[in-house]
Amino acid sequence: MIRERHLNIGLLAGLLAVALWAMLADQPFTITLATRAVILALAAAGLNIALGIGGLVSLGHAAFFGLGGYVMGVLAYHAQTYTPLELGPFSIAGTKSMPLIWLAAICVSGLAALVIGLLSLRTSGVYFIMITLAFGQMFYYFAISWSAYGGEDGLSIYVRNGFPGLNTLVPIQFFGICYVILCLVLYLHARLARSPFGLALNAARQAPVRVLTVGLDPTRLKLVAFVLSGAITGLAGALFADLYRFVSPTMFSWQMSGELIVLIILGGVARLCGPVVGAVVFVMLEHLLGGLTDFWHVWLGVILLLIVLFARGGLIGMVSGRAVAHD
Amino acid sequence: MSLLEVSGLTASYGAAQALFGVDLTVDQGEVVALMGRNGVGKTTTVRAICRMMASGGGLRFDGVDLHGLASHKAARLGIGLVPEGRRCFRDLTVVENLVAAARPGPWDVDQVFQLFPRLGERRQQRAASLSGGEQQMLAIGRALTTNPRLLVLDEATEGLAPLIRDQIWQAILRLKTEHGMSILLIDKLVREIANVSDRAVILERGRTVWTGGIAMLTPEVTSRFVGV
Repeated sequence: MIRERHLNIGLLAGLLAVALWAMLADQPFTITLATRAVILALAAAGLNIALGIGGLVSLGHAAFFGLGGYVMGVLAYHAQTYTPLELGPFSIAGTKSMPLIWLAAICVSGLAALVIGLLSLRTSGVYFIMITLAFGQMFYYFAISWSAYGGEDGLSIYVRNGFPGLNTLVPIQFFGICYVILCLVLYLHARLARSPFGLALNAARQAPVRVLTVGLDPTRLKLVAFVLSGAITGLAGALFADLYRFVSPTMFSWQMSGELIVLIILGGVARLCGPVVGAVVFVMLEHLLGGLTDFWHVWLGVILLLIVLFARGGLIGMVSGRAVAHD
Repeated sequence: MSLLEVSGLTASYGAAQALFGVDLTVDQGEVVALMGRNGVGKTTTVRAICRMMASGGGLRFDGVDLHGLASHKAARLGIGLVPEGRRCFRDLTVVENLVAAARPGPWDVDQVFQLFPRLGERRQQRAASLSGGEQQMLAIGRALTTNPRLLVLDEATEGLAPLIRDQIWQAILRLKTEHGMSILLIDKLVREIANVSDRAVILERGRTVWTGGIAMLTPEVTSRFVGV
């Protein structure tokens, strides 16, 4: 058995090595695949805070992923058309600056998570799943009917947004940006899980009534986790939109929410690098099996079934062995 | 003014009334034993004090009316509950259990390990893998790291081996003598209660039927009201 810490370091180093090898071998498509895996891992890492530590099975995280994507799309669209974004009495200029777009994506998706969380966390279990799903679908249908930004057809952005000092159109440089953000989020997750807040959140997942008697409010703990989780997933959405320079209502779809959960289960719920493993396996299957058959999801389903039945700790649990609370 | 003042406390489970008028007080630094036969309302009284259920009558902690307060807010006022049946956070380690609930004050993880050295030896062990006695120590330690002004112990030694029970009673005595902790405890072991308590309150059918200093807790009284 390999210690999970060593496995995590090896995984992240391996992901970086693949991208660097692809750069040296002049394989930009491989770098794009690696970038896709990193961004999906980032989105799932956001969900892993709510699901893994807090036990919140959200089937509406695509709402935050889509919001992040649309924040990028709308701001970049107004920048490229030189038109201001009119928000009631406010007139906001568009921007092509990645840091500003990330900030906006984090704020908008975090705010949405606050509102959705305040309403959803009044429920638990299957009702929580259904209410988050309903919110996700509300955003999905809103995006479809939002003709000003492409409606069902989505919105294309001509040029990738900029980052000071980097040429983001160079695949390895954009990969580097996403990779650094993923590492920072994983570091945040690791620190959070061991902090008093993370431990209290974990305790609230295990026994919500018991934490009340030690002076902790489980709803507030879960709300903070949900907002943090939504904000990170929103940031991933902005990067995802930048990767393809395209946003569409499918980013809001319930299938997207389901895929994020699948990524976490594949890698291991509550495992720090579970989302990374899940995203890498998912993208590899999508690419390798997707080239052979349109029904590659069937094989993904079989793999998922095997993991749920025989490897409760996900792929990381299979290799590292050490049990965590969710195994 | 007493730290905890309970007067005419009533509480119900749906249509079934469980408490019909409980009166008790706990002064600063005092240890009060809440006694009675099974089903007389001891745990219900504790649940009402800790705001885990709605209740009527008078209920004040350090002058603050507890009615209308959520359970976690009552705990934040300084009521530390060690619930019946231990109920640790099973998937967290010993240290994590203590840190998760910790609030600023004199009681920290090291203080708890001084009180219960066994826990210190098992600091990285998951709570679920501890013995019953160790889990009970952890439940007490967890309540202490919230730095309560009143510690409420509900059947803290129930179902434990005599050796472990003695260690827990010694710890309760140390909390009283060395730390001046105010304690409300529920237990059935009269001799041990007499060793640590200043006063006793006896319930019968959801009412306070006897209150007095521990020296007045004669075999006649316990035989009549507690059945031992």
